[in-house]
Amino acid sequence: MSMIAIKQVSKSYGDFQVLKNCSTEVAKGEVVVVCGPSGSGKSTLIKTVNGLEPINQGEIVVDGTTVTDKATNLPQLRSRVGMVFQHFELFPHLSIAENLALAQMKVLKRSRAEALAKGAALLARVGLSAHADKFPGQLSGGQQQRVAIARALAMDPVVMLFDEPTSALDPEMVTEVLDVMVELANEGMTMMVVTHEMGFARKVANRVVFMDAGEVVEDADKEAFFAEPRSERARQFLSKILAH
Amino acid sequence: MDYTWNWSALWSLSLDGRLTYFETLLLGLAWTLATALSAFVLALLVGSLLGVMRSAPVAWMNRVGACFVELFRNVPLLVQMFLWYFVLPELLPDAAGDWLKQLPDAQFYTAVLCLGCYHGARVAEVVRSGLGSLSRGQGMAGQALGLTLPQTYRYVLLPMAYRIVVPTLTSEFLSTTKNTSVALAIGLVELTASARAMQEGTFQVFEAFAVATVLYLALNLVIVFLMRVLERKAQVPGYVSGHEKGGR
Amino acid sequence: MFAGFDFDVIVRALPYLFLDGMAFTLTLTVLATLGGIVLGTLLALMRLSRFAVLSTFAASYVNLMRSLPLVLVIFWFYFLMPYVGQWVTGAANPVRVGPFWSSLVTFTLFEASYFCEIIRSGIQSVPRGQVMASQAMGMTTAQTMGYVILPQAFRNMLPILLTQTIVLFQDTSLVYVLSITDFLGAAAKVAQRDGRLLEMYLFAALVYFAISFTASFFVRRLQRRVAIVR
Repeated sequence: MSMIAIKQVSKSYGDFQVLKNCSTEVAKGEVVVVCGPSGSGKSTLIKTVNGLEPINQGEIVVDGTTVTDKATNLPQLRSRVGMVFQHFELFPHLSIAENLALAQMKVLKRSRAEALAKGAALLARVGLSAHADKFPGQLSGGQQQRVAIARALAMDPVVMLFDEPTSALDPEMVTEVLDVMVELANEGMTMMVVTHEMGFARKVANRVVFMDAGEVVEDADKEAFFAEPRSERARQFLSKILAH
Repeated sequence: MDYTWNWSALWSLSLDGRLTYFETLLLGLAWTLATALSAFVLALLVGSLLGVMRSAPVAWMNRVGACFVELFRNVPLLVQMFLWYFVLPELLPDAAGDWLKQLPDAQFYTAVLCLGCYHGARVAEVVRSGLGSLSRGQGMAGQALGLTLPQTYRYVLLPMAYRIVVPTLTSEFLSTTKNTSVALAIGLVELTASARAMQEGTFQVFEAFAVATVLYLALNLVIVFLMRVLERKAQVPGYVSGHEKGGR
Repeated sequence: MFAGFDFDVIVRALPYLFLDGMAFTLTLTVLATLGGIVLGTLLALMRLSRFAVLSTFAASYVNLMRSLPLVLVIFWFYFLMPYVGQWVTGAANPVRVGPFWSSLVTFTLFEASYFCEIIRSGIQSVPRGQVMASQAMGMTTAQTMGYVILPQAFRNMLPILLTQTIVLFQDTSLVYVLSITDFLGAAAKVAQRDGRLLEMYLFAALVYFAISFTASFFVRRLQRRVAIVR
């Protein structure tokens, strides 16, 4: 059963077409990595999944709910879809514990005690219990991103979206974030991940989607993609990325 | 200079026969403070609403917000004061107009309304720039967690925007305090008007204005001091600025 | 609501409103702006000066002016100036100063403190390297200021200086408290004489709005052009 279905999605800003007739699927329990050169539209595509970026054409269905339907209660849908951003986007005026509790209380209507307890458990899981009362600005980038993952997990999501989760991090912090993501994948979480980390893709991805210039150029099983990409563009991309 | 100083005029009885002139000046200061505080609270409400409207992703809200701001920024404050005080009652149905005219302390309410809207338009721009200085991802992160757009403003965007613009709001409050003096033109006996009344009653111009000046300076200092305290409280540990963190 | 609206009273008052009132308002605005910018530049240079006496004096003056309501300052100068005139000319009695000169001096001195802060931040916005580069070529401090720093500062600050001029234009309406016939004063006099407050005040608001709005529109356009050039 597919958790995310993206069907012939197109989007443009004025004359500039960011997404051209893109289609792909993510099955339940599957990990799909989306890669491609910068400006290829991959970040826009992943933001269309929970309706953060509206689209002009096509249809997106998440866990049986049509995102693009005007009648859809987007906040309710989004509360079941976890998202992790490139720049973490923790709320700077709230402590770490409050960052994790806010949406639990306001969206899921959990009690404060319940939300804090759930948050504390997830903080322990990402190894940051000691930092609960600090503010985001007092943490390193890697720590902030782990908090952001915990914040998304606190909502008990059925699927997780990652938008370049490690590309704003200093190199020495990438691993700590990837470790959390690998663990999540191994537990069977459905994940759609925009990233350049091919090591991560090789390790846990089921499929790889390669995008360029707003199009889905390749959508293949991991082995097939890394063994021999069908398109010239993907081959070039891989050789550049893997060169260093 | 050919001027006879007479500071004891401050202690002589004013024309109302009960208070000394010094006491009337203090009373004037109290009206200045009451007007400025009420007007600024109103300005914060109006300004927050308009600032959000101007930044929200809804076209008609942007336009309504922009119209309000342009209207109140491009007409002199004194003219606005006259419009609220003299013209508004004429435009209302007779009964409502008469009620307004006979309201006790009508000058005070008019001044609060007028200054509240005038400074509200300016606060709107401040709030908008505060919201604009947050990264676009903040709004997305709020919504990605399932918060509705109003909830995202209420819990995520506005709390941070206010913290960023506290220093600007300080100078806006100081400006509101100074602008209360314009209400003397519609008969509000605030500090400047009290000084003017003392000058007319005693002919001791410079004593009256000197005391008023000192009181204004003292008021400024108190406001600046209190806002500094607020500024420190509003400081977010470790926060640098919306765009610098996390690199680009 | 507008059934009793008398357009005629406005039409009849037009020559008085514009030839007397607006002429005064605009003359005052232009002269006070020029005077304010010249004095403001001087104050800004004093504030940034190495000499503590100069910078302290300028800072105190600017902070004092910016802490007081314009209305109070208008009254201060209105009553103070005859005595200053007497002191300067050595006359036997306080010298009568006309409403125009009184307001011009007031607005120049008052707005100079606001222009000063704009120009000061303009000067500080020019990178330090520019000063060093000028001095490395052997320019004196005055030459550095005059040929290198100030031209750049004014260019950067032009939109803000013009916006402040629009504020000044609106502020001039406060001479009403001295019963001077500026544009608003003229409108108020007609309003009270003919008992037509509604018409005259709405018309005055409309005229002020039209002028300020148009001016701000051009300032915004200028701002975009300056921004692209930089």
